[in-house]
Amino acid sequence: MSTTTATPVPAPDAAPAALGGWTPLSRKAFLALLRRDLTVLRKELRPFVARTVMQPLLILFVFTYVFPRIGQGIGGGGAAEGPAQSAFTTLLVGGVLGSTMIFQGIQAVALPMVQDFGFTREIEDRVLAPIPVAGIALQKVVSGAIQALLAALVVLPLSLVVPANDVRFAIDWPIVLTFLPLAALLASSLGLVVGTRVEPRQVALVFSLLVIPMTFLGAVYYPWASLDPLPWLKWAVLVNPLIYMSEGVRTGLTDAVPHMDPLAVYGACVAFTAAFLWVGVAGFRRRVLS
Amino acid sequence: MLGPNGAGKTTTIGMLTTRVVPTSGRAFVAGIDVVREPARTKACIGVVTQTNTLDRSLDVRENLEFHGRYFGMAGRKARAEADRMLEVMRLTDKAGARVDTLSGGLAQRLMVARAIMHRPDVLFLDEPTAGLDPQSRLGLWDVVRELHDDGQTVLLTTHYMEEADQLCERLAVMDHGRILALDSPAGLKKSVGADTVVTVQAEGDVARLAAALRGLDGATDAQVADGGVRLYVQGADGALPRVIAAAEGAGVTVTDLQVREPTLETVFITLTGKDLRE
Repeated sequence: MSTTTATPVPAPDAAPAALGGWTPLSRKAFLALLRRDLTVLRKELRPFVARTVMQPLLILFVFTYVFPRIGQGIGGGGAAEGPAQSAFTTLLVGGVLGSTMIFQGIQAVALPMVQDFGFTREIEDRVLAPIPVAGIALQKVVSGAIQALLAALVVLPLSLVVPANDVRFAIDWPIVLTFLPLAALLASSLGLVVGTRVEPRQVALVFSLLVIPMTFLGAVYYPWASLDPLPWLKWAVLVNPLIYMSEGVRTGLTDAVPHMDPLAVYGACVAFTAAFLWVGVAGFRRRVLS
Repeated sequence: MLGPNGAGKTTTIGMLTTRVVPTSGRAFVAGIDVVREPARTKACIGVVTQTNTLDRSLDVRENLEFHGRYFGMAGRKARAEADRMLEVMRLTDKAGARVDTLSGGLAQRLMVARAIMHRPDVLFLDEPTAGLDPQSRLGLWDVVRELHDDGQTVLLTTHYMEEADQLCERLAVMDHGRILALDSPAGLKKSVGADTVVTVQAEGDVARLAAALRGLDGATDAQVADGGVRLYVQGADGALPRVIAAAEGAGVTVTDLQVREPTLETVFITLTGKDLRE
C-alpha cells in the first residue's frame, strides 16, 4: 500500500508499545481470527494431511522398514531385528515428530505470509480487525502451533504401524503434554520469522538452506549425546533449535537412548521461542505498517 | 479528498486507518487517537483499500461472516448480518462463490459490504472506483449515495473530479500532502471568482494576449496555459466577441475557443497552477 508516500516513513518499531491498546473486543477478534484459520484448515484437510505425512512416512518406511528387511545396518546395531534396531526406531520417531513440527511451522505460518506480503496483500484485511498488529502476529503463531500439534498427532500413529519391528515407547506424560505444545510454539515462531523476512522468490532457498540443514543436523536420526566422537559438531549444532525439539520429544517418548538434560531442553526451547517471537513480531509490524 | 496521483491521499487514509505510522503530528478518528489506540480506532472504522484484500481462502458469504466475528459478533448474528449484507449489495446469488471468481465490480461491492457490516462510525473508501468499468462505477456511486443518505459518514478519495462532484458534501483538494482548499464542491467552484471560464487556443504571443484579456470587462484573471490563455470572467454576457476582438488587437490568431462553467478541474488549476491529470 501507500504507494503515494512522498516522504520516508519511520521504522514502525518507533511506534508505541506493541500490544498497547488491547481491548475486550481484541480478544474476540483474536479468537475469531483463530477460528478463521481452523475453518480454512478444515476445508483443506486432505492437502494438509498429505503434505504432513509424506516426508515422515518415507523416512520411517526407508529407515525402519526397508533397511531392516534388506539387512542394511543403521543405528549402530546392524541387526535387522532386535533391541538395537528397535531402539533406533524409537529414537527416530522422536526426531521425525520434531522435524514434522518444524516443517509444519514453516508451512502453516511462513508460506501463506510470504504470499500475503509478496502479492495478495490479503493480510491488509485482517490487519484492520480491532486488535493490535502484534496480536495478529501472535494469533498466526498460535494457529501455526495448533497445526504443528495436529501434524504431530497425524504422524504419531504412522510410527506405530510402519516400522518392521516394535517401537517401545516409555511415555512420560507430563513431558509429552508440556513439551509438545512448547515445541509447536517454537516451530511456528520460527515460521513467523521466516514469513516476515523472506521474499516470495527466496522460498525455495528457505527449504534448501534452512529446513533441510536443520533436519539433517537436528538430532533427528541420532541422539545428540551420540555426537561425542565429533565434539566440534556436537557443539556447533546447538544453534539449531530442532536439536532441542527432537531431544525433548524423545525424552517424552522413550528412555532407551541417552537424552540431553530436560532442563536445558526446556530452557533452550523457551529462549528460542521468545527470541523468534521478538524478531518475528517486529518483522510483522514492519511488513504490515509503513 | 480530491487530488492527483501522488498527492498523499492514500497515505493520509493509511494514517487515519492505523496502517501508516505518521512521522509526526496526531490524528483523531471519531475522537480516538489513531496512533495511541489503533485497536480502538479499528473498531469504529470500515475501510475499503485500493487492492483487493478479500480472503481468498473463504467464499463470499464466509468473508462477511468472519468479518462480523472479527468485530465481536456472535456466530448467529454474524451469519444473519452476512446474509443481510449479501441481500443489500445484491450478492446473494454469489454467496457460495470463491472470491477470486468475482468480477472487479462485484469484488468491490463485497469489499464495501464487508467494510460497512460492523456499522463503522467512519467509512474510508480509497479510490473505490479506480479500475472499474463505467457501469460498475455508477453502481458503486449509488451504493455510496444510499449509505450517505442513511447517515453514514464516508471519507472517499478520488482523482476523478466528476466523482468528487457527484458524491461529496465537503471536499478537500489535496496536492503534495497538503489540503489546499476545503469546502462544498459548489463553494469551491464559487471560490474561483468567476462564473465562466474561457479557454483560448491561439498562435502568436499568448503572453500579450493574456495581458489584453485581463483588461476585458468582467475578466477576473487570465493565465497562460499550454499554448493558450485561460480567462476567468464574472458576470459578463457576450464576452466571446470581445475576446476575439482583443485577440485581433493583440495580433494573435485564435485557433480554438471553449466556454465553460468552472469545474473542480478549474478549482484545481487555480489552486495548483496545473492540470489534475498531469
